Amino acid sequence: MTDKNGFFDLSKSTLSRRTALKGLAAGAGLAVAPGFVRYSQAQSSAPVKIGFQSHRTGIGAAYGRWYEKTTAAAVKAINDAGGINGRPVEVVIEDDGTDPARGAEVVGKFATQHKTDIVFGTLFSHVVIGSAPAAGEAKIPYFVVSEGHHVASTKLNRYVFQPGITDVKSQIQSMAPWIAANAGKKVTQIFPDFAFGYDHRDYLPPALKAQGADVIAQIAIPPTESSFTKYFPQIPAETEVIYHVMVGPAVLTFVKELGEFYGSNRPQLFGFMDSLEATDINSPGLEFLDGSHFWEGSPRYAQPDDSAAQKAYRAAVGIDDNGAAVGDPKDVSTASHMFGCWETLYVVKKAMEDAGYKGPEDRAKLVEATEALTEFAEGPEHPQGPKTFNGKIHQCFGIQNISKVEGGKLKVVHKTKIEDGLYEPEGDYTTQAL
Amino acid sequence: MHFGPHLLLAALEGLVTSAVLALTALGLSLVFGVMRVVNVAHGEFFMLGAVLAWAISTAISGHPAIGFLAALVLAPLIVGAIALVAERLVLRRLNYNPEATIVATIGMLYIIQQLALTFYGPEARPVEPPFSYRILLPWFGYSGYKLSVIATSALLLVATWLVLTRTKIGLVMRATQYDSETAQAFGIPVDRVYGGVFALGAMLAAIAAVLIVPISQAHYLMGQDPLLLSFIVVIIGGLGSLRGTVVAAVLIGLSDGIISVFFSPTLAKIIATFLVAMVLVFRPHGLFGTASR
Repeated sequence: MTDKNGFFDLSKSTLSRRTALKGLAAGAGLAVAPGFVRYSQAQSSAPVKIGFQSHRTGIGAAYGRWYEKTTAAAVKAINDAGGINGRPVEVVIEDDGTDPARGAEVVGKFATQHKTDIVFGTLFSHVVIGSAPAAGEAKIPYFVVSEGHHVASTKLNRYVFQPGITDVKSQIQSMAPWIAANAGKKVTQIFPDFAFGYDHRDYLPPALKAQGADVIAQIAIPPTESSFTKYFPQIPAETEVIYHVMVGPAVLTFVKELGEFYGSNRPQLFGFMDSLEATDINSPGLEFLDGSHFWEGSPRYAQPDDSAAQKAYRAAVGIDDNGAAVGDPKDVSTASHMFGCWETLYVVKKAMEDAGYKGPEDRAKLVEATEALTEFAEGPEHPQGPKTFNGKIHQCFGIQNISKVEGGKLKVVHKTKIEDGLYEPEGDYTTQAL
Repeated sequence: MHFGPHLLLAALEGLVTSAVLALTALGLSLVFGVMRVVNVAHGEFFMLGAVLAWAISTAISGHPAIGFLAALVLAPLIVGAIALVAERLVLRRLNYNPEATIVATIGMLYIIQQLALTFYGPEARPVEPPFSYRILLPWFGYSGYKLSVIATSALLLVATWLVLTRTKIGLVMRATQYDSETAQAFGIPVDRVYGGVFALGAMLAAIAAVLIVPISQAHYLMGQDPLLLSFIVVIIGGLGSLRGTVVAAVLIGLSDGIISVFFSPTLAKIIATFLVAMVLVFRPHGLFGTASR
């Protein structure tokens, strides 16, 4: 082997360092480069086409997979019952990488290339906030299943709806009395450092204050963080309750390290199920969670008083009594959130039928028909429970569950009422032009 | 929490980071030092190690320690074999041209990452630690496994150092690093040394990943942070200098731990990057790098 160009000559080390830097720059560039996008042709307008903006990859991947399963089950149920206005429903899925910039591109693709009737299914709040302007610009109705307060805050636009899951501000308000009365008065909050976490940061302190309890410390953790012990010394010693809500691929590490840090000698724990979605609560190292409490949107474990509708929903989606995939007990679902996909699709069906929806030219009518909805009764279409809908702020309000970890299962110990979570609207989307 | 225990926790967390970082960066430094190849795919070998550790430990039933030990042996070997194949198929054909190998390793990065996404999936999956002893200090509890990571990593670093300085393989590698053409003239199979070094570099990253995966779970995107941190460490320590790499890893790991605990993790990253800039300006060859002859 010859060394014509002197690549192996150590005297050229300056050049080599520069080369190394190029590599570093290239590596950094990769982290922000968008992935491949798949293009497909617009098809005939016969079926109702729903563009599903899915978190297939990135930090939301576990949610994305279960949102897809739930959506597929709901679409099958709707199609088996005759579709929407007699037309079959077809779902077109695009991966947004749980990334706001790609989210906006995906919405644009649905509007201009796939020509879907609506866009649906986004969970992560920063993706919703990043994609909403694109939906407003394309005038395509955008039904999110995100639970963030951004829709109800009326800071987005008239085309964005959240009719399938209660927003965080309402959830917090309805649970604060229970936390203050049963868990403790001095609360330390741990939340993810992005939009969804900020809803918790901003709305918990006033909600607890109203109940005579205080938030004594707030700890923000980036959702991409992979190690958490270093944040725990910030938890004040006088803390009576740790209120935790984490998201991202490292949630199991978060809870495990919390256990290592405190052991059984811990303050009370009140967590949002987000901290353990798609994660088995019986994983080794989580024993310390026994006796702690969680918010659950829809219970993961089958409860003795489950309605027939809830049982039918669980069977249709394919989750067993422990909230894991039927046949694979390790594949734990995101039960607290994914019911929202099911319910949102039935809201879309109802609104499309009310509007006599024919195709994309009727999108404005669909917006108005959705805004005219006020109530969703508990039943096969709304298995999580009854809801009210405020058309001015495009947000629904339902019941919340507080569950206790007991014997390796989550048992619902308290259900809030819809009224507990109602607040004064902060604006009115219906005054915006269509 | 009082200052003393607070600092202890910070130092422990920092040492765990250092331990893993030192092994990963050592691999990168070795490949660069001997082959002059900037391996942008290094983080993906790290990720592969973690993903394989998950696959191996779930395939083996029984006590978690058995699966983990099997993973600790097998995962690096498999990763090393993959790296060797990649080196034979790609880098050798490019004649180890620095610019071309950067582009080629970027391609490898994407290929490995997408293959992991395709076959392993987008979820983060946990690997059970071989033991889950919790050390109870008067102020806080700490994972016994994390301490064992520090010890294991230190042992492996010493072992690597012994191999490089006390064995014939090490001598051959150092000779190749010093002057590959003369080494070739003296009958050293430089070509095979390159293949071996590339595989060894990838194996070091894979071992680091197997050690960390019971703490932080296997995920297909987990290779990005270690790659950037390894570059930072290697630049601060001096490219190709093993001693510098280890010292810089401990420095960066500890400062990351301590600054993260007392201030914020973002500030720790800012300071590390700033340090790189300063080193490049005032000591372009790194703290322990040798100046041009």
